[in-house]
Amino acid sequence: MLVRFWGTRGSIPVAMTSAEVQRKLVNALVAAAGRGLDTAGKARAFVEGELEFSISHTFGGNSSCVQIETGDEDYVVCDLGSGARVLGNTVLATRGPAGHRFHVFMSHLHWDHIMGFPFFMPAYLPGNHVRIYGCHATLEEAFRRQNAAPSFPVDFSRMSARIEFIRLEPDRDYDIAGLRVRAKLQHHGGDSYGYRIERHGKVVVYSTDSEHKQDDPERMKTFVEFFRDADLVIFDAQYSLADSISVKEDWGHSSNVVGVELCQLARARRLCLYHHEPIFDDERIATLLAETRRLEEITRGDHRVEVWAAYDGMEIAL
Amino acid sequence: MELAPKRYADTVALFATGRIDHATAEPFKAALAPHLAVCVAGRDRLVLDLGGVEYISSVGLRVLMLASKQAKAQGGSLAVTHLQPVVREIFEISRFNLVLEVFPTLREALAKLSPPALTAFDAI
Repeated sequence: MLVRFWGTRGSIPVAMTSAEVQRKLVNALVAAAGRGLDTAGKARAFVEGELEFSISHTFGGNSSCVQIETGDEDYVVCDLGSGARVLGNTVLATRGPAGHRFHVFMSHLHWDHIMGFPFFMPAYLPGNHVRIYGCHATLEEAFRRQNAAPSFPVDFSRMSARIEFIRLEPDRDYDIAGLRVRAKLQHHGGDSYGYRIERHGKVVVYSTDSEHKQDDPERMKTFVEFFRDADLVIFDAQYSLADSISVKEDWGHSSNVVGVELCQLARARRLCLYHHEPIFDDERIATLLAETRRLEEITRGDHRVEVWAAYDGMEIAL
Repeated sequence: MELAPKRYADTVALFATGRIDHATAEPFKAALAPHLAVCVAGRDRLVLDLGGVEYISSVGLRVLMLASKQAKAQGGSLAVTHLQPVVREIFEISRFNLVLEVFPTLREALAKLSPPALTAFDAI
């Protein structure tokens, strides 16, 4: 399996400001001083090999959308945030306008997780097939409502692809698109659902918009089991632990600290911080990643968890 | 888990040891409870000395957060001190250093919180 991130930002899409771009350029030029980078090749090698990630890249600003490439023709996607717009355009540009089938697992129906669908071009083209799975009773209503007046100028009925909505039950295994899929209820306003997705012995857990209440140890144990031995846990780490249990308690998000603890207890192989706080710039997210890696290191027992921070365009091969 | 108390005038220092994690957070909370109950305006400020604590998990930090909230609601105060390097890093990464009063040493905590307590500390 290959996991590809199209949107990693929490709550609302963001874009770098001119000031942030300028700061990256200044930092890059200072770092390059005296290096004799007089060809594009030398400059590229320097940028890719020596510059810090937060200078040479950006974590990106699209909201939640993750693709799981299985090796089959069908597309498997988690959530349809604004990253889905880029995914759709890429599919059309590289594979043509029609004949595509998408299987989409929806964590929940909040704005930032569905807002990419009105801009998901494959849905407007006949000959495509979009199957949207979720556990919410209002799954179809949420999508139809955002593709309608007064929210959007193009009505849902103008989408020419075949679009289906399929209700799933949590805590039940399904075989979909060659994958074994199980949804789990999570603590979030209006409920959200995580997905444990397995294929050929590899396991991806997609767990975003999920607050973990430490006053309920039995429920925490169910998440440890949900994450058990996963090759990759994509984890909502929008808040600091202190914020998540004080001023932002019951806002429905979790922290890097809880992500490390759950993955350590579950003996997961990789933790990927996800649903980044929209007010964080690249440097702040890079610092968060470094701190989280350090936390994993100083609290490690006999099992190492690799820690990553998702960015738009990132790929993780399992 | 035991919290060894030591009184300095109007302030009580509580000395914790070991690990505060999912297995010990509840006993830690229970040990803290009677001290918190009398941590009210004008008496029994609490300083939690974590010098003997080698690790604290999110569950343990949550106990501290709730204790601090309760103390404030009662007009009292709770501070922590003497963090070992690993625990200090956990405080920083979790941002608990920003929401709790943290002091390098017990003496510095007492100096900030209560002059009579500092006098009592220095007299020993």
